[in-house]
Amino acid sequence: MTAVAERKAPTGPLRGRRLPGWARSALVVAIGIAILAVTVTLTGQVQLTSSGTAQAAVRLLLPILLAGLGGLWSERAGVVNIGLEGMMILGTWGAAWAGYQWGPWAALLGGIVFGALGGLLHAVATVTFAVNHIVSGVAITLLGLGVTKYLASLVFVPITSNPRESPRVEGFTEFSIPGLSQGAAALEDQQRVVVSDVAGLLGGLVTDLTPLVVIGFALVPISYYLLWHTRFGLRLRSCGENPVAAESLGVNVYRYKYFGVLISGGLAGLGGAALVLNPGQLGYLEGQTGGRGYIGLAAMIFGNWRPAGLLAGSALFGYVDGLQLRAGGEAVHALLYTATLIAVVVAVYWVARRAWVPAAVALGAGVVVYAVYWSIDTVPREFASYAPQLVTLVVLAVAAQYLRPPATAGEEYRRGEGD
Amino acid sequence: MNRVRTVLLPPALAVLFAALLCAVALLVSGDNPLTALAVMITQVGEGTTAVDIVNSAAVYYLAALAVAIGFQMKLFNIGIEGQYRLAACVAAIVGGAVALPPVLHTLVILLVGALTGAAWAGIAALLKAYRGVSEVISTIMLNFVATGLIAFLISTDAFGVLRGNNISTQPIAPSGQVPGIPLGDFGRIFGLIFLSAALGVAYWFLLERTRFGFDLKASGESPTAAAAGGVNSRRMVIIALLLSGAVAGLVGLPELLGRDLAYTLNSPTGYGFTGIAIALLGRNHPVGIAIGALLWAFLDKSALALDNVGVPREIVLIMQGSIVLSVVVAYEIVRRYELAAEQRRVAAQLRARAAEPAGVGSAGAGSTGAGS
Repeated sequence: MTAVAERKAPTGPLRGRRLPGWARSALVVAIGIAILAVTVTLTGQVQLTSSGTAQAAVRLLLPILLAGLGGLWSERAGVVNIGLEGMMILGTWGAAWAGYQWGPWAALLGGIVFGALGGLLHAVATVTFAVNHIVSGVAITLLGLGVTKYLASLVFVPITSNPRESPRVEGFTEFSIPGLSQGAAALEDQQRVVVSDVAGLLGGLVTDLTPLVVIGFALVPISYYLLWHTRFGLRLRSCGENPVAAESLGVNVYRYKYFGVLISGGLAGLGGAALVLNPGQLGYLEGQTGGRGYIGLAAMIFGNWRPAGLLAGSALFGYVDGLQLRAGGEAVHALLYTATLIAVVVAVYWVARRAWVPAAVALGAGVVVYAVYWSIDTVPREFASYAPQLVTLVVLAVAAQYLRPPATAGEEYRRGEGD
Repeated sequence: MNRVRTVLLPPALAVLFAALLCAVALLVSGDNPLTALAVMITQVGEGTTAVDIVNSAAVYYLAALAVAIGFQMKLFNIGIEGQYRLAACVAAIVGGAVALPPVLHTLVILLVGALTGAAWAGIAALLKAYRGVSEVISTIMLNFVATGLIAFLISTDAFGVLRGNNISTQPIAPSGQVPGIPLGDFGRIFGLIFLSAALGVAYWFLLERTRFGFDLKASGESPTAAAAGGVNSRRMVIIALLLSGAVAGLVGLPELLGRDLAYTLNSPTGYGFTGIAIALLGRNHPVGIAIGALLWAFLDKSALALDNVGVPREIVLIMQGSIVLSVVVAYEIVRRYELAAEQRRVAAQLRARAAEPAGVGSAGAGSTGAGS
């Protein structure tokens, strides 16, 4: 939605002045929470805003967020990275291998190194040899899976006698932010409208944290700062927007693309490490990534190739996933109600801007969603788990024109052959 | 000679390189690569392996053809995976539900499979043509959604039945099955292997001998040039993806109609990605794809044989992955080498012409632009 506002604001018939970016994000978040609170009150699904759900959401969003950041770094440098999934798988093995021997911090490093190795391979293929990015990404996912299974059967079998599992990895000690955590829990228990909802969601964010969660969230502003407010970032992004122009200004495009893809692989590997260090299930498990590399990519697209949007995307996906795990199909069913409310808010927004067609579309979508909500009692589990993918498809279908990917992402570039 | 160098050398080099890589990996892990190689080769003659390889290759061939149709237009249909699985599931449901005379029953199942695959690909096609959504992303997402849809369709709430501990669709009656050709001790060849072969020929004919094939390749090579030639690129996108999806819809059927007879939660997965790899190996050429499919199936079967002698079977996955990556790199290296050779040759001709002012015509000058 932010992208929509950005485009329309200067020509909007109501007013010319735009809210600053942070205020708009805050407004969107506030409206979102308010809508959730209304849903909770009207449907009685308390789990929608419980601290437990928020906590589960944080754990589930972390790997997606890290994979998405990986996609961001790579695509900003102009290299499409479909191989995120493979790099993430490599990261899970690296993290488990280093983690069971030397503890959680080593696990992080192991994940990063193995993910970055996958990234290096992608960079060699796509940058040095100008192989098609999608082709290389698919091949790296195949290869990452193979290498990981091979290494797992080689290294873990003597210890666990099971090629699909690593020995248990020591996790981080969890900590809560003193004061805030208890205060939020107390407020949540009072079950007051809005206040308890906010307290529940916030409480989940500050309870039972691990250093990895803090690192993951810190990486969002860090990525933003590095990419948009440093010389390094400007050059890296210029390689994704117009490598020939960058080259003409003396930027070593190959080097920056290598940087971007290496960082991308490292972040995806860190996402793998986040899965291995997940408090619920400590260790490597075959197939544990479950396509999260691709969901990370989806979160990045949802976020319009920007760190904050990407965070919103992974938060949405993590939230739906966490809700489905904790409260099942009926809670997800209540989300349909939320979606209806959102559609109404969007429709009102467009009416206020006198954009009748989008308003009608939003209202129509709301009616459809509400009809679905009304006609079924629960969302079948099979669909609830794939909500992120469905949301991505809908966002792409509705807002593809407003999305603004780096101009030459996915195109091959050869040094000195620009025109 | 030149053609041999550009077309056949790269894949040969890639296979060799991948084999060397795996040999090193095996040496590091303390296994003997030569034993592994011997086991891989001798297994072909044992039991039903040879027939199994051909059967798998027939399935992979269909998947790779589906990918190749998209590749011809520079479309990446990553969604073969979801398309073939959903199509096999729906075809199994319909095939188990209807009662028809023998040949008609089979035809209906084939048709349902192809239509389902095309419909699922059609979502991505419409999104691409009318909303500008990259088919790569949309098909990846549709793969996940297909998994959910299949789980729902064969759950007991929908069309599934409980057989033992396994949920599956209603088994297809003998009138719909394609029994296959028994080869005594060697096993049984899928009857639908002929469908694979026929589609291979049809693919070749369509692309090389029809105007449609020319338009398809032209819009892949240069959309602007194709548009100038009167090709509606939006229509081509939709047709290409629908065709690709229709072929993908057939991928699961040889096994469904010749062996499994019902779709279960354990029905095979992963053929879509195998198809992408094989299409790359075979460079979208029908014969190349056939060779790639046989190679891939051979490697797959080797995993079992290797396991029996204590070599980690996962080495096969590494081999397959590194073959794909090295084959695309090898083509690029050869392409660059050819380009450089061409430039050298032209430069030599130009020098020769400069040396003798009389000139011998412009035979060399025209070819400079061809490679770039």
